[in-house]
Amino acid sequence: MATAAIGSAIKRKEDPRFITGTGNYLDDIRLPGTIHAAVLRSPYAHATIRSIDTSAAAAMPGVLGVFTGRDLEGELNPLPCAWAAGGNAGGIQNNLNTPRVLATDDVKWTGEGVAVVVAETREQAVDALEAIDVDYGPLPTVVDAEKATQPGAPQLHENAPNNICFTWRVGDEKATASALKGSHVVVKQRLVNQRLIPNPMDTRGAIGRYDPGTEEYTIWMTSQTPHIMRLLLAAFVMGVPEQKIRVIAPDVGGAFGTKIFLYADMALVLWLSRKLGGRPVKFYETRRENYQATTHGRDHITYIEVGATRDGEVTGLRVKTYANLGGRLSTIGPGIPTTLYGRLLTGPYKIPHVACEVLGVYTNTTFVDAYRGAGRPEATYVLERAMDLVADELKLDPAEVRRRNFIPADAFPYRPPDGLLRSWNGAEIEVDSGNYEPALDLALKKVGYADIGAARELAERRGKYLGVGLSSYLEVCGVAPSKWIGLVGEGWGAAMWESANIRVHLTGRAVLTIGTSSHGQGHETTMAQVVADALGLSVDDVLVKHSDTQGTPFGYGTYGSRSAAVGSIAALKAAEKIVAKGKRLAAHMLEAAPEDIEFESGKFFVKGSPDRSKTIHEVALAAHVGYDLPEGMEPYLDETAYYDTPNCTFPFGTHVAVVEVDKETGQVDLVRYVAVDDVGKKINPLIVDGQLHGGIAQGVGQALWEGAIYDDTGQLLSGSMMDYALPRASWLPELELDETVTPSPVNPLGIKGVGEAGTIASTPAVVNAVIDALSPLGIRHVDMPLTAQTVWRAMQAAGKEASA
Amino acid sequence: MTEQVAVVVNGIPRTADVEPRRLLVQLLREDFALTGTHVGCDTSQCGACTVLVDGRAVKSCSMLAVQADGSAITTIEGLAPDGGLHPLQQAFWEKHGLQCGYCTPGMIMTAADLLSTNEDPSDAEIRHALEGNFCRCTGYQNIVTAIREAAATMRHPAQVQASAETAR
Repeated sequence: MATAAIGSAIKRKEDPRFITGTGNYLDDIRLPGTIHAAVLRSPYAHATIRSIDTSAAAAMPGVLGVFTGRDLEGELNPLPCAWAAGGNAGGIQNNLNTPRVLATDDVKWTGEGVAVVVAETREQAVDALEAIDVDYGPLPTVVDAEKATQPGAPQLHENAPNNICFTWRVGDEKATASALKGSHVVVKQRLVNQRLIPNPMDTRGAIGRYDPGTEEYTIWMTSQTPHIMRLLLAAFVMGVPEQKIRVIAPDVGGAFGTKIFLYADMALVLWLSRKLGGRPVKFYETRRENYQATTHGRDHITYIEVGATRDGEVTGLRVKTYANLGGRLSTIGPGIPTTLYGRLLTGPYKIPHVACEVLGVYTNTTFVDAYRGAGRPEATYVLERAMDLVADELKLDPAEVRRRNFIPADAFPYRPPDGLLRSWNGAEIEVDSGNYEPALDLALKKVGYADIGAARELAERRGKYLGVGLSSYLEVCGVAPSKWIGLVGEGWGAAMWESANIRVHLTGRAVLTIGTSSHGQGHETTMAQVVADALGLSVDDVLVKHSDTQGTPFGYGTYGSRSAAVGSIAALKAAEKIVAKGKRLAAHMLEAAPEDIEFESGKFFVKGSPDRSKTIHEVALAAHVGYDLPEGMEPYLDETAYYDTPNCTFPFGTHVAVVEVDKETGQVDLVRYVAVDDVGKKINPLIVDGQLHGGIAQGVGQALWEGAIYDDTGQLLSGSMMDYALPRASWLPELELDETVTPSPVNPLGIKGVGEAGTIASTPAVVNAVIDALSPLGIRHVDMPLTAQTVWRAMQAAGKEASA
Repeated sequence: MTEQVAVVVNGIPRTADVEPRRLLVQLLREDFALTGTHVGCDTSQCGACTVLVDGRAVKSCSMLAVQADGSAITTIEGLAPDGGLHPLQQAFWEKHGLQCGYCTPGMIMTAADLLSTNEDPSDAEIRHALEGNFCRCTGYQNIVTAIREAAATMRHPAQVQASAETAR
């Protein structure tokens, strides 16, 4: 048999269609008779809707219908919020406000939909939008989450005084206060984790088709979560039996969290198709719409107080965060700055006490939800800035401060203090494994940390400040288990297991269907690698299908780095069931006892007599033709498994950034980037490296260039790709990756997940490097993004201070 | 009001009656059903729509269809005319130069233009050539590696093929 597929850097099975232009993304789908929907969006960030006159638009060429929110009343419910802060089972008070499919009485951000036109062509629909006359009554606006909570701020929702959706607390305030009081130093800092626009290259869209004959709906959508979308559309928005809706996610061109959620256009296209007699209705965002009407990420204003002993041991951490949720809630908006942030505020460190308070705040901005990392980058930013602030205060080496605070290698499984990882119902998870020092040491060695002084001098001579920044991170993968983050626990209102079905056909070729949903990760390759090894088949003989609710088992989808950590284990379990049945059948064929049959590399054989054997192909044929099966055995090899992992997995590592800051202009150049990551065993190292590269680039983008900017009236100034600075090829150095390997004990493959690690680690590494570079000027902190203008201003201010 | 446009696309002469406002990318995607060329923005920033017009890389969202009248256009579907893979396509596959694949056709067409004028570009030259193409998945690293690899293959096709045979 061939060598193991798992661990091998094989090239991806999905690539031939993408490199030849034969992929099938949403906008590529051509259904006969398709008509086109375009949405009129509010130009005001906060206004009442006094009236809408659609008559002129309705008379335009090609227009088939114009509808407003009033037309949908009694037909479509508002979109649900599926994850209130503290969990849906009643953890804490949440003042929920979610969007309607089209706004009726008022709008809360620029870009909220107020009317829809359907026309024969997209151009006709867009032309007709201009003929709709909306009479708005403008209201005062607030876009900053901290200001929104102050007295006198404009109020968005009657049920949310001071614009507060929730106040969520975790940790032990009393113990933390006492720890801070007894500390040698306490460092305080305000940190802004700025709002980001996720920017998958493929914007969002949906095509809905209603079949009047069967009363069934089919929707093609750019989604990471087809099964959840069906559930939410059916049970919450449309009131249609779940089995009557089929959701298909075609090839999806990136998502980074934004395509987890339910959006108004999904319900719209289905409703419109039914209303207009069953013609397919297509909606596909422009990039400008994507910036205004698809979720944003981050946007925290955080106050930290960190205490430490004289030698740099952190004694306590107090955190207060204003989390901007936008004008109304996205599907799981409140879950991100709470469970996925506050509970992870000890990271890889044995900080004895933590107290965290998060205010979820409404503002006149686009809704905020999970963006790559989702809470964990924000937590890591707090911790890694805190470590450097402590080091700076005590004049200690930042690497040493981290080393002194690491959870020791013999302390795993590790329970963070003050019940941080205990959900409100008592279910607790643990940090499964870790060995943090070797990754730090390797990263320091690779970057030449000991000799960095010489590089500083060389840079000085060229008119540059050189800085080195560290980030030792802890990632949490595979958001699960259900008892912790599901209906009864901390999280959203369902569960968090995954599923897989394997059918081995007569010819010995297998089809694996999965509940997770690839949008660039390469499931068609990695999942095939897992099953190929388990069944002794070649990777080419395992076809992986996903993202169609008809023909795949229910699954919770792909986000939170859970497809490998949870989804691939479901595939493995399904394969184990195939093998178990195969053993019973092989025993029958070989006239041996089932317990004497062993399976290896695609062969069933009698223990001790490897010559008495049947290949999986022979067993699959026998199972299929079915005329000679053991008593009571069903024909065919067809097994499904559902897997709820007992615990999350916890990748870790240390990243080091080296930057040069131009003394004259403030321009920051990222000159080196070293990443040492421990993601456990790897299914496909090629794909793992790719995930790290892309994740690091996104995190660097936040540190140096990216930021969504609203003016005081709620206009999105960074409203196009011309205005929002995405990383370009020439702005990034060649990334230097290395690894340590600590297999996770949580699952039989020892894997952890890697989708978000790069993003989580890289932002603070780069910021710490820039602050290190600026430290000769006495600068201790500058908020992101660290553009030339921002850095120049900080340098000027520091200079003035120094000369004053 | 429409105007007739005549172009040669991937070696095949084609005509269409289009509105004056029709963009080249719409002509390719909507009129000729060549959906391998993607639209990723509305401000000519992202480069997902890059095709070759008379051999030069052009963002097909920033050219009117009528302006392309009389041109020879190559899209991702026609880059390797024999149905095989162009060295750039092969290298993007081998080096994992794509994840979601949405920017890939534009990246490959931009790289094809680069390699037609610079057969041995440095990494810095490759990164500079990609200035008008966004990728949100890969951090560009494996794209740069793939273009470097493809350049080597195109400079020494026989040698590379021989070493590939030996490796087998």
